[in-house]
Amino acid sequence: MAKITYIDHTGEERTLEAKNGETVMETAIKNSIPGIDADCGGACACATCHVYVDEAFMEKVGQPEDMEQSMLDFAENVQPNSRLSCQISVSDDLDGLRVTTPESQH
Amino acid sequence: MTHASYFTHKDVLVDLSTSENTVIIGGGQAAAQACASLRQFGYDGQITLIGDEPALPYQRPPLSKAYMKGDMDEARLYFKPEEWYRDNKVDLILNTRATSIDRSAREVALENGTRRPYDALILATGSRPRTLPVPGADLDHVYDLRDLADVEQIRPHMVEGRKLVIVGAGYIGLEAAAVARQLGLEVTVLEMADRVLARVTSPVMSEFYEAEHRAQGVNILTGARLERLTGDGSVQTAELADGTSLPADLVLVGIGILPNDDLAKAAGLACPNGIMTDRDARTNDPRIFAAGDCAARPLVHYGRQGRLESVHNAIEQGKLAAAAIMGKPRPMEDCPWFWSDQYDLKLQIAGLSQDYDQVVLRGDPKDRKFAAFYLRGGKLISVDAVNSAPEFLASKRLIMAGASLAPDTLSDTSLTMKEIAAAAA
Repeated sequence: MAKITYIDHTGEERTLEAKNGETVMETAIKNSIPGIDADCGGACACATCHVYVDEAFMEKVGQPEDMEQSMLDFAENVQPNSRLSCQISVSDDLDGLRVTTPESQH
Repeated sequence: MTHASYFTHKDVLVDLSTSENTVIIGGGQAAAQACASLRQFGYDGQITLIGDEPALPYQRPPLSKAYMKGDMDEARLYFKPEEWYRDNKVDLILNTRATSIDRSAREVALENGTRRPYDALILATGSRPRTLPVPGADLDHVYDLRDLADVEQIRPHMVEGRKLVIVGAGYIGLEAAAVARQLGLEVTVLEMADRVLARVTSPVMSEFYEAEHRAQGVNILTGARLERLTGDGSVQTAELADGTSLPADLVLVGIGILPNDDLAKAAGLACPNGIMTDRDARTNDPRIFAAGDCAARPLVHYGRQGRLESVHNAIEQGKLAAAAIMGKPRPMEDCPWFWSDQYDLKLQIAGLSQDYDQVVLRGDPKDRKFAAFYLRGGKLISVDAVNSAPEFLASKRLIMAGASLAPDTLSDTSLTMKEIAAAAA
């Protein structure tokens, strides 16, 4: 289990208990976190679950793989801490993770 | 565009945003999206979702991919946990079929004899597999691949060494073939046309996927006409018209789907091939909407009306219906898109390629990373991108912009897709 805090574009924070093995995207969708669409359900096919990872967690979260990186290259408002949340798997290590969601995925 | 002229109810639209009851028939992607979007847009009335399957609304794409392979729990297929429906005051009536719509009384009748009143009704009834029109199709161990229940029945047979015959080389059939090979089954795919994926893509893509499956050990028979299935209770043999006889422990049928528009037809709604809607997912009854596989919608980037069998379409029309009910501005109508996972190949498709007059390849299929662009009159209308996300994402935007591109530019891999897209803008 890990506590994950989702911060929306207005600055509102929502902290959730995430299950190990689920993704940061799935936890968000099941709890109706605004700003994440995740149209493809986690297949890394659509780039609509873009989030910004808190700098302090960048190392623990790790680097995107090639496919994800090339999807991110075409997302809107990409930053160095951009990730697709469907590709971040929850583990105890990520307890306390903070991610910010964009206003819109399009 | 000609589709708008069909509708005559524009002057009698009613405000549904403060209505008491919205009923959704169906429990798939479009239904789940409509529920979520209605609440997100502030709908305050009762929402009732009537689904004929026992499970909570779930994602279908993994059924022929990760879930079939056993890499995913059932709970991960659900769009939302059960509490979400309770917390959001969505009345879930599962495992129950809607039997008719009374448009004058504004009621839906259910098979259990009860009736549900509606102010707004969303038909998200989906589609059903075409049935195999050959003798023996009703034998045991012959399955469609559509529902969770189908996969529950199929999975125990997905065992190393078993002999699987797949009828139909569309995306579902080929995805299932990939999973089955990875699990060690002996797989034969039968396709009536002279190439795989004949209905949905170009010869160059068909050739690539055919070679890929052959290299993975799949026996692909094109131009194959299945004559009958035989067996004693359970299927044992697939017999072809040319006399070939194939041993089979298990047969999967993936020969296309048909829209579930019977309820709508019986209620007098226009259903040429699927339930006709306008751009707001509204049918020719201003209180009734249709979304997902069952609907025939305006394809705004292509100037025609048609059905789309895809996640993108289900989500978008679910949102369009919810927005129309709430009187919100129409959400973006995206370029149609699709994906298919087979082995380590991710195919991403943007647009509809049916009417192309030119194919341009970018990259070499031998590298298992390439794209086929489809042009019509110089305009980009579609792309099939294999392990090539930039080609897919850039094309989506270019197609929506109606961009014309030179074939030499598209095929020039010394230019990035970003550079190509920027130059076209």
